[in-house]
Amino acid sequence: MKALRYLVPLAIFIALVGFFAVGLMRDPREVPSPFIGKPAPGFKLETLHQPEKAFTPDEMKGKVWLLNVWASWCVSCRVEHPLLVEMARNKVVPIVGLNYKDKREDGTRWLAKFGDPYALSAWDIDGRVGIDYGVYGAPETFVIDKQGVIRYKQIGPITRETLDKVLLPLIRKLEG
Amino acid sequence: MRAFLAALLVAFAACAFAQSAEVATPDAAVEERLKRLAEELRCLVCQNQTIADSNAPLALDLRNQIRTQIALGRSDDQIREYMVQRYGDFVLYRPPFKATTAVLWLGPLLLIALGAGIFVGVVRKRRVEENPATLNPKRRAEIEKMLE
Repeated sequence: MKALRYLVPLAIFIALVGFFAVGLMRDPREVPSPFIGKPAPGFKLETLHQPEKAFTPDEMKGKVWLLNVWASWCVSCRVEHPLLVEMARNKVVPIVGLNYKDKREDGTRWLAKFGDPYALSAWDIDGRVGIDYGVYGAPETFVIDKQGVIRYKQIGPITRETLDKVLLPLIRKLEG
Repeated sequence: MRAFLAALLVAFAACAFAQSAEVATPDAAVEERLKRLAEELRCLVCQNQTIADSNAPLALDLRNQIRTQIALGRSDDQIREYMVQRYGDFVLYRPPFKATTAVLWLGPLLLIALGAGIFVGVVRKRRVEENPATLNPKRRAEIEKMLE
Protein backbone atom coordinates (compact mmCIF):
# COMPACT_ATOMS: atom_id res chain seq x y z
CA MET A 1 0.00 0.00 0.00
CA LYS A 2 2.84 2.32 0.85
CA ALA A 3 4.57 1.53 -2.45
CA LEU A 4 1.40 2.51 -4.32
CA ARG A 5 1.76 6.01 -2.92
CA TYR A 6 4.95 6.42 -4.91
CA LEU A 7 4.15 4.21 -7.87
CA VAL A 8 0.92 5.99 -8.87
CA PRO A 9 2.50 9.45 -9.28
CA LEU A 10 5.46 7.83 -11.02
CA ALA A 11 3.14 6.06 -13.43
CA ILE A 12 1.28 9.32 -14.13
CA PHE A 13 4.60 11.10 -14.66
CA ILE A 14 5.81 8.45 -17.11
CA ALA A 15 2.50 8.62 -19.00
CA LEU A 16 2.83 12.42 -19.26
CA VAL A 17 6.41 12.14 -20.50
CA GLY A 18 5.15 9.68 -23.10
CA PHE A 19 2.46 12.09 -24.31
CA PHE A 20 4.93 14.97 -24.49
CA ALA A 21 7.51 12.85 -26.30
CA VAL A 22 4.99 11.98 -29.01
CA GLY A 23 3.40 15.43 -29.11
CA LEU A 24 6.62 17.42 -29.29
CA MET A 25 8.10 15.26 -32.00
CA ARG A 26 5.15 15.85 -34.29
CA ASP A 27 5.15 18.76 -36.69
CA PRO A 28 2.20 20.99 -35.76
CA ARG A 29 2.10 22.27 -39.34
CA GLU A 30 1.20 18.85 -40.60
CA VAL A 31 -2.53 18.88 -40.32
CA PRO A 32 -4.25 15.62 -41.30
CA SER A 33 -5.62 16.21 -44.78
CA PRO A 34 -9.31 15.57 -45.40
CA PHE A 35 -8.48 14.81 -49.05
CA ILE A 36 -6.87 11.40 -48.68
CA GLY A 37 -9.03 8.82 -50.43
CA LYS A 38 -11.20 11.48 -52.08
CA PRO A 39 -11.30 12.38 -55.77
CA ALA A 40 -8.99 15.25 -56.69
CA PRO A 41 -11.10 18.43 -57.04
CA GLY A 42 -11.70 19.38 -60.66
CA PHE A 43 -10.47 22.63 -62.14
CA LYS A 44 -9.64 24.23 -65.45
CA LEU A 45 -6.66 26.57 -65.63
CA GLU A 46 -4.44 28.13 -68.24
CA THR A 47 -1.01 26.60 -68.39
CA LEU A 48 1.90 28.73 -67.26
CA HIS A 49 3.78 28.62 -70.53
CA GLN A 50 0.86 28.61 -72.96
CA PRO A 51 -2.02 30.89 -71.93
CA GLU A 52 -4.13 29.56 -74.81
CA LYS A 53 -3.90 25.99 -73.53
CA ALA A 54 -6.06 24.84 -70.64
CA PHE A 55 -5.38 21.97 -68.25
CA THR A 56 -7.86 19.90 -66.28
CA PRO A 57 -6.99 16.96 -63.99
CA ASP A 58 -9.25 14.72 -66.13
CA GLU A 59 -6.48 14.63 -68.74
CA MET A 60 -4.38 12.58 -66.32
CA LYS A 61 -6.95 9.77 -65.84
CA GLY A 62 -5.33 6.37 -66.19
CA LYS A 63 -1.96 7.58 -64.93
CA VAL A 64 -0.41 7.84 -61.49
CA TRP A 65 0.77 11.44 -61.21
CA LEU A 66 1.96 14.11 -58.84
CA LEU A 67 0.43 17.53 -58.40
CA ASN A 68 3.11 19.78 -56.96
CA VAL A 69 2.15 23.22 -55.65
CA TRP A 70 4.99 25.67 -56.17
CA ALA A 71 5.74 29.36 -56.59
CA SER A 72 8.75 31.50 -57.40
CA TRP A 73 8.30 33.34 -54.08
CA CYS A 74 8.31 30.09 -52.12
CA VAL A 75 11.69 29.58 -50.50
CA SER A 76 11.31 25.94 -49.49
CA CYS A 77 10.21 25.08 -53.04
CA ARG A 78 13.85 25.56 -53.97
CA VAL A 79 14.84 22.98 -51.39
CA GLU A 80 12.79 20.19 -52.94
CA HIS A 81 13.26 21.30 -56.54
CA PRO A 82 16.41 19.25 -57.31
CA LEU A 83 14.55 16.10 -56.22
CA LEU A 84 11.68 16.89 -58.58
CA VAL A 85 14.14 17.49 -61.41
CA GLU A 86 15.75 14.14 -60.60
CA MET A 87 12.35 12.38 -60.62
CA ALA A 88 11.54 13.94 -63.97
CA ARG A 89 14.90 12.84 -65.37
CA ASN A 90 14.29 9.27 -64.20
CA LYS A 91 10.77 9.45 -65.66
CA VAL A 92 9.23 8.15 -62.43
CA VAL A 93 5.79 9.70 -62.91
CA PRO A 94 4.45 12.77 -64.68
CA ILE A 95 4.62 15.78 -62.38
CA VAL A 96 2.10 18.53 -62.94
CA GLY A 97 2.92 21.85 -61.33
CA LEU A 98 0.35 24.14 -59.78
CA ASN A 99 1.97 27.53 -59.96
CA TYR A 100 0.36 29.17 -56.95
CA LYS A 101 -0.27 32.93 -56.80
CA ASP A 102 2.66 33.82 -58.98
CA LYS A 103 3.19 36.26 -61.84
CA ARG A 104 3.52 34.44 -65.14
CA GLU A 105 6.92 35.95 -65.93
CA ASP A 106 8.26 35.23 -62.42
CA GLY A 107 7.19 31.59 -62.68
CA THR A 108 8.66 31.00 -66.12
CA ARG A 109 11.89 32.77 -65.17
CA TRP A 110 12.21 30.62 -62.03
CA LEU A 111 11.78 27.43 -64.07
CA ALA A 112 14.29 28.61 -66.67
CA LYS A 113 16.80 29.21 -63.89
CA PHE A 114 16.35 26.07 -61.78
CA GLY A 115 15.12 23.58 -64.39
CA ASP A 116 11.60 22.52 -65.31
CA PRO A 117 10.58 19.07 -64.01
CA TYR A 118 6.93 19.59 -64.87
CA ALA A 119 4.97 18.01 -67.69
CA LEU A 120 3.19 21.35 -67.49
CA SER A 121 2.31 23.90 -64.85
CA ALA A 122 -1.25 25.09 -64.31
CA TRP A 123 -1.35 28.79 -63.54
CA ASP A 124 -3.37 29.54 -60.39
CA ILE A 125 -2.95 33.30 -60.21
CA ASP A 126 -5.63 34.03 -57.61
CA GLY A 127 -5.08 30.89 -55.52
CA ARG A 128 -8.66 29.63 -55.96
CA VAL A 129 -7.62 26.14 -57.00
CA GLY A 130 -5.14 26.20 -54.12
CA ILE A 131 -8.03 26.80 -51.73
CA ASP A 132 -10.00 23.94 -53.33
CA TYR A 133 -7.02 21.67 -52.62
CA GLY A 134 -6.68 22.98 -49.04
CA VAL A 135 -3.23 24.39 -49.74
CA TYR A 136 -1.83 26.45 -46.88
CA GLY A 137 1.92 26.10 -47.10
CA ALA A 138 3.67 25.68 -50.41
CA PRO A 139 5.29 23.45 -51.41
CA GLU A 140 2.66 20.73 -51.19
CA THR A 141 2.57 17.57 -53.23
CA PHE A 142 -0.41 15.31 -53.95
CA VAL A 143 -0.05 11.74 -55.18
CA ILE A 144 -3.05 10.97 -57.40
CA ASP A 145 -3.88 7.49 -58.63
CA LYS A 146 -5.15 6.21 -61.99
CA GLN A 147 -8.79 6.80 -60.96
CA GLY A 148 -8.04 10.40 -60.02
CA VAL A 149 -8.18 9.76 -56.27
CA ILE A 150 -5.75 11.56 -53.93
CA ARG A 151 -3.72 8.92 -52.11
CA TYR A 152 -1.14 11.01 -50.26
CA LYS A 153 -0.41 14.63 -49.49
CA GLN A 154 3.04 15.92 -48.62
CA ILE A 155 2.99 19.24 -46.80
CA GLY A 156 6.26 21.11 -47.03
CA PRO A 157 9.27 20.16 -49.13
CA ILE A 158 9.89 16.60 -50.29
CA THR A 159 13.09 15.29 -48.75
CA ARG A 160 15.30 12.43 -49.88
CA GLU A 161 13.89 10.41 -46.99
CA THR A 162 10.19 10.95 -47.79
CA LEU A 163 10.93 10.36 -51.46
CA ASP A 164 12.60 6.99 -50.83
CA LYS A 165 10.48 5.78 -47.94
CA VAL A 166 7.02 7.12 -48.79
CA LEU A 167 6.56 8.50 -52.28
CA LEU A 168 8.43 5.97 -54.42
CA PRO A 169 7.01 2.85 -52.66
CA LEU A 170 3.50 4.32 -52.88
CA ILE A 171 3.90 5.17 -56.57
CA ARG A 172 5.20 1.66 -57.29
CA LYS A 173 2.24 0.16 -55.44
CA LEU A 174 -0.29 2.32 -57.28
CA GLU A 175 1.25 1.56 -60.65
CA GLY A 176 1.56 -2.16 -60.03
CA MET B 1 3.26 62.49 -25.08
CA ARG B 2 0.04 63.82 -26.49
CA ALA B 3 1.36 63.43 -30.01
CA PHE B 4 2.37 59.87 -29.22
CA LEU B 5 -1.09 59.01 -27.90
CA ALA B 6 -2.66 60.57 -30.95
CA ALA B 7 -0.42 58.51 -33.20
CA LEU B 8 -1.33 55.39 -31.24
CA LEU B 9 -5.03 56.13 -31.62
CA VAL B 10 -4.65 56.64 -35.35
CA ALA B 11 -2.76 53.35 -35.57
CA PHE B 12 -5.55 51.52 -33.73
CA ALA B 13 -8.18 53.14 -35.88
CA ALA B 14 -6.25 52.04 -38.97
CA CYS B 15 -6.24 48.46 -37.66
CA ALA B 16 -9.96 48.58 -36.97
CA PHE B 17 -10.73 49.71 -40.49
CA ALA B 18 -8.12 47.56 -42.18
CA GLN B 19 -10.43 44.66 -42.83
CA SER B 20 -13.39 46.58 -44.11
CA ALA B 21 -10.93 48.30 -46.42
CA GLU B 22 -10.39 44.95 -48.15
CA VAL B 23 -13.51 45.61 -50.18
CA ALA B 24 -14.36 48.85 -51.96
CA THR B 25 -17.85 49.24 -50.53
CA PRO B 26 -18.16 47.14 -47.37
CA ASP B 27 -21.67 46.05 -46.47
CA ALA B 28 -22.11 46.28 -42.69
CA ALA B 29 -24.30 43.16 -42.45
CA VAL B 30 -21.93 41.06 -44.57
CA GLU B 31 -18.87 42.25 -42.64
CA GLU B 32 -20.62 41.43 -39.35
CA ARG B 33 -21.43 37.86 -40.47
CA LEU B 34 -17.94 37.48 -41.89
CA LYS B 35 -16.42 38.56 -38.59
CA ARG B 36 -18.54 36.13 -36.61
CA LEU B 37 -17.63 33.24 -38.92
CA ALA B 38 -13.96 34.12 -39.30
CA GLU B 39 -13.47 34.35 -35.55
CA GLU B 40 -14.21 30.65 -35.25
CA LEU B 41 -11.95 29.55 -38.07
CA ARG B 42 -8.27 28.83 -37.61
CA CYS B 43 -5.76 30.34 -39.97
CA LEU B 44 -3.56 27.44 -41.05
CA VAL B 45 -0.56 29.58 -41.89
CA CYS B 46 -0.25 31.15 -38.44
CA GLN B 47 -2.00 28.48 -36.46
CA ASN B 48 -2.79 30.34 -33.28
CA GLN B 49 -4.67 33.12 -35.01
CA THR B 50 -8.15 33.14 -36.42
CA ILE B 51 -8.88 33.97 -40.02
CA ALA B 52 -10.37 37.21 -38.70
CA ASP B 53 -7.14 38.24 -36.93
CA SER B 54 -4.52 37.06 -39.34
CA ASN B 55 -2.76 39.18 -41.93
CA ALA B 56 -1.49 36.16 -43.83
CA PRO B 57 -2.35 36.25 -47.54
CA LEU B 58 -4.24 32.97 -47.19
CA ALA B 59 -6.42 34.44 -44.43
CA LEU B 60 -7.22 37.39 -46.70
CA ASP B 61 -8.13 35.00 -49.51
CA LEU B 62 -10.34 32.99 -47.19
CA ARG B 63 -12.09 36.12 -45.90
CA ASN B 64 -12.81 37.09 -49.50
CA GLN B 65 -13.97 33.54 -50.13
CA ILE B 66 -16.42 33.85 -47.23
CA ARG B 67 -17.65 37.20 -48.60
CA THR B 68 -18.28 35.56 -51.97
CA GLN B 69 -20.18 32.73 -50.33
CA ILE B 70 -22.29 35.12 -48.28
CA ALA B 71 -23.08 36.98 -51.50
CA LEU B 72 -24.17 33.65 -53.03
CA GLY B 73 -26.62 33.24 -50.16
CA ARG B 74 -24.90 30.30 -48.45
CA SER B 75 -25.77 29.62 -44.81
CA ASP B 76 -23.20 29.78 -42.00
CA ASP B 77 -23.22 25.98 -41.77
CA GLN B 78 -22.60 25.62 -45.48
CA ILE B 79 -19.65 28.01 -45.28
CA ARG B 80 -18.16 26.13 -42.32
CA GLU B 81 -18.67 22.88 -44.22
CA TYR B 82 -16.83 24.41 -47.19
CA MET B 83 -13.83 25.13 -44.95
CA VAL B 84 -13.88 21.72 -43.27
CA GLN B 85 -13.95 19.94 -46.65
CA ARG B 86 -10.72 21.69 -47.56
CA TYR B 87 -8.80 22.02 -44.33
CA GLY B 88 -10.33 19.38 -42.06
CA ASP B 89 -11.82 19.72 -38.57
CA PHE B 90 -8.61 21.41 -37.50
CA VAL B 91 -9.84 24.64 -39.09
CA LEU B 92 -12.69 24.86 -36.56
CA TYR B 93 -11.87 26.33 -33.18
CA ARG B 94 -14.93 24.44 -31.92
CA PRO B 95 -14.36 20.94 -33.30
CA PRO B 96 -17.38 18.63 -33.69
CA PHE B 97 -17.88 15.72 -31.34
CA LYS B 98 -16.87 12.46 -33.01
CA ALA B 99 -14.75 9.38 -32.37
CA THR B 100 -11.45 11.16 -33.04
CA THR B 101 -12.31 14.16 -30.86
CA ALA B 102 -14.00 12.26 -28.00
CA VAL B 103 -10.88 12.41 -25.81
CA LEU B 104 -10.64 16.15 -26.41
CA TRP B 105 -14.22 16.74 -25.27
CA LEU B 106 -14.55 14.10 -22.57
CA GLY B 107 -10.98 14.08 -21.21
CA PRO B 108 -11.41 17.12 -18.93
CA LEU B 109 -14.72 15.77 -17.59
CA LEU B 110 -13.11 12.41 -16.86
CA LEU B 111 -10.23 14.13 -15.07
CA ILE B 112 -12.65 16.18 -12.97
CA ALA B 113 -14.60 13.03 -12.10
CA LEU B 114 -11.36 11.27 -11.15
CA GLY B 115 -10.27 14.20 -8.99
CA ALA B 116 -13.69 14.39 -7.31
CA GLY B 117 -13.57 10.64 -6.65
CA ILE B 118 -10.15 10.89 -4.98
CA PHE B 119 -11.28 13.91 -2.96
CA VAL B 120 -14.40 12.13 -1.66
CA GLY B 121 -12.34 9.05 -0.85
CA VAL B 122 -9.78 11.01 1.16
CA VAL B 123 -12.45 12.96 3.07
CA ARG B 124 -14.39 9.77 3.93
CA LYS B 125 -11.28 8.03 5.14
CA ARG B 126 -10.33 10.97 7.32
CA ARG B 127 -13.81 11.17 8.81
CA VAL B 128 -13.70 7.50 9.77
CA GLU B 129 -10.28 7.93 11.37
CA GLU B 130 -11.30 10.96 13.37
CA ASN B 131 -14.60 9.62 14.62
CA PRO B 132 -14.08 8.60 18.31
CA ALA B 133 -16.73 5.88 18.06
CA THR B 134 -14.71 4.02 15.45
CA LEU B 135 -11.37 4.43 17.19
CA ASN B 136 -9.98 1.02 17.96
CA PRO B 137 -9.76 0.15 21.67
CA LYS B 138 -6.00 -0.09 21.66
CA ARG B 139 -5.54 3.43 20.25
CA ARG B 140 -8.26 4.69 22.66
CA ALA B 141 -6.37 3.27 25.60
CA GLU B 142 -3.19 4.94 24.39
CA ILE B 143 -4.85 8.32 24.14
CA GLU B 144 -6.53 8.02 27.49
CA LYS B 145 -3.19 7.17 29.06
CA MET B 146 -1.67 10.30 27.49
CA LEU B 147 -4.49 12.44 28.87
CA GLU B 148 -4.09 11.27 32.45
